[in-house]
Amino acid sequence: MISIASLVYAYATGTTALRGVDLEIGDGELVAIAGQNGAGKTTLVRHLNGIFTPTEGTVTVDGRNTAEHSTAQLAHTVGYVFQNPNQQLFARTVRAEVEFGPRNLGHDEARRTELVTWALSATRLTDLAGQHPYHLSLAERKRVALASVLAMDTPVVVLDEPTTGQDHAGVQDIAAIVAELHERGKTVIAITHDMDFCAENFDRVVLMADGRVVRDAPAREAFAAPADIAAAAVEEPQMLRLSNALGLPPAITVDQFVKEISR
Amino acid sequence: MITFTDFTYAYPTSDAAVLRGIATEIPDGQLCGLVGPGGAGKSTFAYAASGFIPHVMGGESTGGVSVDGRPVADTPLSELVAQVGLVLQDPFNQISGAKFTVREELAFGLENLGLPRAEIIARVDDMLDRLGIAALRDRSPYELSGGQQQLVALGSVLVMRPSVLVLDEPTSQLDPAGTRLVFGALDEVRRTGITVLLVEHKLEQLAGVADRVLVLAGGELRLDGPPETVLADPRLAEWGVGGTRFTEAARRAGDRWPAGRPLPVTLDAAVEGFAR
Repeated sequence: MISIASLVYAYATGTTALRGVDLEIGDGELVAIAGQNGAGKTTLVRHLNGIFTPTEGTVTVDGRNTAEHSTAQLAHTVGYVFQNPNQQLFARTVRAEVEFGPRNLGHDEARRTELVTWALSATRLTDLAGQHPYHLSLAERKRVALASVLAMDTPVVVLDEPTTGQDHAGVQDIAAIVAELHERGKTVIAITHDMDFCAENFDRVVLMADGRVVRDAPAREAFAAPADIAAAAVEEPQMLRLSNALGLPPAITVDQFVKEISR
Repeated sequence: MITFTDFTYAYPTSDAAVLRGIATEIPDGQLCGLVGPGGAGKSTFAYAASGFIPHVMGGESTGGVSVDGRPVADTPLSELVAQVGLVLQDPFNQISGAKFTVREELAFGLENLGLPRAEIIARVDDMLDRLGIAALRDRSPYELSGGQQQLVALGSVLVMRPSVLVLDEPTSQLDPAGTRLVFGALDEVRRTGITVLLVEHKLEQLAGVADRVLVLAGGELRLDGPPETVLADPRLAEWGVGGTRFTEAARRAGDRWPAGRPLPVTLDAAVEGFAR
């Protein structure tokens, strides 16, 4: 369980990035966070593993106040995949990179091998395991960053814009990984600009603007208020634009649209 | 205008050809989309169209690539950079490293061309406004978000007023507002007669702006035509390109989509077909 109460965060430069955020996320939830660049999305999720600690308010993860625990301690609970993999990768091979987390968390060798094998295969990196991460394309490096967090097997996985730069197959892979994490009972929180990806893979959508949550609703209802869509500067899912234009009940995925049009 | 003449290419590190037998011409004022799965050779195509291949990356090739009728291999890079603008996939790799502010970064290429100071200032300030990044003018390019860096990289190229613009996924890190800005800027650029080659994964958005779409898979051009035909082609899925959600919705809607009507690739086309 994640509980964020009256969270305010100001950078040392004086910029206030979060202006009073309240959010509860239950175990096993699939939550997407959307909003324009600068809305505070990344600042918010970086509070979950203690990279940032609140200027005001509290953040608790599994009952632990993140201000009173180190990032190393919180890493057992929250895995965070950076938006830019270059901020995250440092090892000489893909395999070493992916092994680093589970080794650090103290998993034994058998468990480590199992986790690393799964993480490499889920991200289609098995054949690239011996490569240097910087010899890979940006899309592949993003998958390495994802694999290195998957291998830590944390109950909470935070993905910061996981689909950027991924091709169609890459986006499908990430959707499959999100679904698998959900099946394994993990809490998955993703920041994304891709509202179709959001509509198709997440149960709950949190829209942010200017350091605040402007809407928090089940995915199918999250896009119902045009004022909130405008405030968060997100695009409506393609199928919602189509169903609205045709006067059909709102549909946000192709599956829902096909059902509505076939009635 | 970009012309590929039976162009085949392999990087210096490998014998395997990454592009094979590419033959196509992209005329002035055309916005041509290039789609394909990861590893299809899209970035290589972009490097070849802009002269990075062979000038920077070397490698072995047969056939050739010309820009405005001049073979790129025979044109000095110093002349090519004024003629062809290349916006890289990872904007971090594009920042000069020589400048401390966004405004100076945009001026860097123009300074190298030896333009008068007043002209440089006018062009840079105009570009900062058009891309909506005037507020970032005094910030360091390295302190910006990925999306902001993408806009700076695009601005630093557009400000040179190239005759050919090649962009490798220029909106991959942008939010919807930034993406609209970039697509709007490209639409405007195309109207000025510039040839635009745009590598892009966002098919719905590409469908709305491209005059033409090329599909690259396994290093070969598989399809070439208007977006409404190319992006509705069922073979896109097997090539790993996917398809637009509008196309998929119409394909799965059975008799709700008029028989014989081409499948839609844009919202407007989908609304029109379903409304019948």
